[in-house]
Amino acid sequence: MVLVAILIFGPLGDVFLKRGMGQVGAVTAAHWIQVIRAVFTPWVALGIGFLLVFFAAYLHALSWADLTYVLPATSLGYVVLALLSTYMLHEQVDLTRWLGILLVSLAVGFVTRGPEVTPRKQREARPEPALGAPVRSEP
Amino acid sequence: MRTLYTWVGIAAVVLFSSAGDVLLSRAMKKIGDVGQLRRQIGIFGVVGRILTSPVFFSGLACMALAFFSLLLALSWADVSLVAPASASLTFVTSAIAAKFLLHENVDRRRWLAALLACAGVALLAR
Repeated sequence: MVLVAILIFGPLGDVFLKRGMGQVGAVTAAHWIQVIRAVFTPWVALGIGFLLVFFAAYLHALSWADLTYVLPATSLGYVVLALLSTYMLHEQVDLTRWLGILLVSLAVGFVTRGPEVTPRKQREARPEPALGAPVRSEP
Repeated sequence: MRTLYTWVGIAAVVLFSSAGDVLLSRAMKKIGDVGQLRRQIGIFGVVGRILTSPVFFSGLACMALAFFSLLLALSWADVSLVAPASASLTFVTSAIAAKFLLHENVDRRRWLAALLACAGVALLAR
């Protein structure tokens, strides 16, 4: 459930940000203050709201799983992002980019077939936790 | 010039978010399982514990820097290039950082996955 929230709110937040920054236009180094002003435009603000929910879910996941487990498990969000970019922002996602997304997804699938959690010294004898069945962390 | 800006932006996102990931992971491991803590001390207790952790705020500062780098990069290039490129490279650098700083077990399978992710990024960058 936490991981699903990460997959939904992360990519949507990114898409809203892009829509907002598209309205602001290209920011040059000389006019970097525009970035601060951009935060208060509606689409960017909505994107930030979604990314805050994403962040809360991400922290939740990090409290019971390894970083090298959480990162691959949530990388599928970038496939969601590619789909959203195509249908909401009408960006060009050509065959080469699809192949890139496929390779990233393959890497994700490959890494998640390994063990999810590095056994700590304190919990070496315990079984690996399953998805959605968090292991109690050591205090 | 715009290409250079884009890649400098992506590099900044990668470095800051890797540092942020490692610090946040360390902070949350120290705090403990949020789901079980919430049943014991309530949601406000959990939020209080997180907001009084210095390691969490260091991680948050790195994430904020990564976020503004991302905003900059997004104004220079497509979201379907910037987001997968910075995130996939972050996956690789975070795996390196997790191995050496968090002492997570990054085996041959995970290194190979990191290389696959790099290849994916190379294709995405075209």
